Amino acid sequence: MSPALEVSNLTMDFGGLRALDSIDLTVNHGEIVALIGPNGAGKTTFFNCITGIYNPTAGDMRLVSPEGKAVRINGLKPNQVTENGMARTFQNIRLFQNMTVLENVMIGRHCRLRAGIPGAVFRPPRVRKEESRLIEDSYRMLQKVGLEKYVNEFAKNLPYGAQRRLEIARAMATEPFILLLDEPAAGMNTQETKELDELILRIRNEEGICILLIEHDMKLVMSLSDRIYVVDYGRKIAEGTPGQIKNDPAVIKAYLGEDIDA
Amino acid sequence: MFNVKELKKSILVSLWFMFLTFPIMVIKVNTIYGKVEWRWYRMALVGVGSFFLSFVWRALLRRKEMGLKKAEEGQEVKVPLTRKLISDKRFNRPALVVVCLFALLFPLVFSLYQVNIMTTALIYVVVGLGLNIVVGLAGLLDLGYVAFYAVGAYSYALLNYHFGLGFWTVLPIGAGLAMLFGILLGFPVLRLRGDYLAIVTLGFGEIIRIILENWNEFSFGPSGIANIPRPGFFGIQMNLHQVHIYIYYLMIGMTVFTIFVVRRLQDSRIGRAWMALREDEVACQAMGIDKTKTKLSAFALGATWAGMGGVVFAAKTTFINPASFTIWESIIILCIVVLGGMGSIVGVICGALVLILLPEYLRAFSEYRMLMFGAALIIMMVFRPGGIISDVRKVYHFEGLKEESKDL
Repeated sequence: MSPALEVSNLTMDFGGLRALDSIDLTVNHGEIVALIGPNGAGKTTFFNCITGIYNPTAGDMRLVSPEGKAVRINGLKPNQVTENGMARTFQNIRLFQNMTVLENVMIGRHCRLRAGIPGAVFRPPRVRKEESRLIEDSYRMLQKVGLEKYVNEFAKNLPYGAQRRLEIARAMATEPFILLLDEPAAGMNTQETKELDELILRIRNEEGICILLIEHDMKLVMSLSDRIYVVDYGRKIAEGTPGQIKNDPAVIKAYLGEDIDA
Repeated sequence: MFNVKELKKSILVSLWFMFLTFPIMVIKVNTIYGKVEWRWYRMALVGVGSFFLSFVWRALLRRKEMGLKKAEEGQEVKVPLTRKLISDKRFNRPALVVVCLFALLFPLVFSLYQVNIMTTALIYVVVGLGLNIVVGLAGLLDLGYVAFYAVGAYSYALLNYHFGLGFWTVLPIGAGLAMLFGILLGFPVLRLRGDYLAIVTLGFGEIIRIILENWNEFSFGPSGIANIPRPGFFGIQMNLHQVHIYIYYLMIGMTVFTIFVVRRLQDSRIGRAWMALREDEVACQAMGIDKTKTKLSAFALGATWAGMGGVVFAAKTTFINPASFTIWESIIILCIVVLGGMGSIVGVICGALVLILLPEYLRAFSEYRMLMFGAALIIMMVFRPGGIISDVRKVYHFEGLKEESKDL
């Protein structure tokens, strides 16, 4: 098991507030890893740091591709991080509302294509080929997540669960080797969560993409993840397999509070 | 429709308006005779007028909401005629032919005055389509757009004055210079968005105008530059009439060229990146789009069209001064884009024709021009926030592909 994402000693300060305190985390190729913790624990801040939206105060972050190419992603812009093979979804859905579903997925492939302004205007055969392949690939991607019937709909008109899946499809279109999912099951009903569970497993098993997810739905987390990290108040309080985490006293304390009688 | 509640509301509105306009509409103090005139009939007019207006206004609003509700419930919504004309092949081919014929035969049928107005409108079409890239596609609110127009116009005037360069030489140079200024403006505003961006671009536009107005040695100040030569045509001598018709056809060519380029950009990798930037900046970056490059390219390309428009403008009017490049011009061009339909090419063309031609033909009502302008904008934004013709996204079909993927 070789690591895909290695984070060590990650610290993030907002003014005097320490949102993340020397967090270490590793995601190996082929793994599904969950990051859990109570509200405000710093999970999304962690995502924002490793995807380049925030610039962390201290720490080291490295991406290692399946071919073994390692890149230090500290201080890279979000688009550069994505180019290096890490894609993400957002907690509050951030689709391109007034673009069609297909176009949303096509945007994801942006950084893998090269057509510039002259290419767009003159459309040489190379660009035409690139464009038609893009359209086909994007459509296949939609088929994979089961959204092909919405191809030409505006993203904003999709039902909630479909919007979540479209976010995943869009992130997948960037051809990542590691996918970050920020609360993918938030606001979903049981049926939708079950479908999501299957989708995530399929992404890992068929595409060979490793996944780091933030999630509050414990049933989903426990059934999906190979390993779990628990954070509270910006610190890592536990890590281990679902079985270990379930019985970890520190985790129980963080979630349920201290037992006064004890 | 005609229920009592609605009537009551309208009556209330009309009472309120009668009360509001009472001092200015009804009372008139005759200072010479020291008498007060009470013009009650005016109050009655205001009352009746506002009653009907409010009634119609709310009826229209209700109709609009009904339409929205229908769309939400997934019912079949009647496709509007304009949409049909654009997207249905059976209609848009003949429509296109008619428009082309009209455009080509226009100078043969109509007088020189009409041709001149149309040329002006076409310049605005081109410039509007340029701004459409910045505002409509990339979502960057630019209030100083006229500055690039000025750069184009002045580069032709000055290069011609000092070096005797001709129209066709300066056209690309002017476009290039405007593009350079676009990038120049783009750099400081990379981090800004929304209102802040608007303020900075507004300032930029004013800076350019004030420089042109005050730097006499460079731009001849407020007196402007006269005797700018009209565009040449392989050295053939033309009389005034012919030159105007020539410029008209030149503008038609330029408009077609602009439409061609903008259309292709819209459905390309770059165009989609612009739209993604407009929709959500954070998500757009997280999807691997370089924000800096995308923003700069939008500014640069938008400015290019303004520069070309400026060169033609200088050549057409043969005289330019800074008064032609006030903030008001920027606002008009912005209105063309917003009223026409942001991001929609046909919309912007319609917007330019309506906003430039109507005031010309309604010279008789020129005193009320601004009033009508404002009213038109408000009505548009309430009833058709998408503009006259809103943007239609490309529809893809996959019948063939479905079978293909089954085989895989």
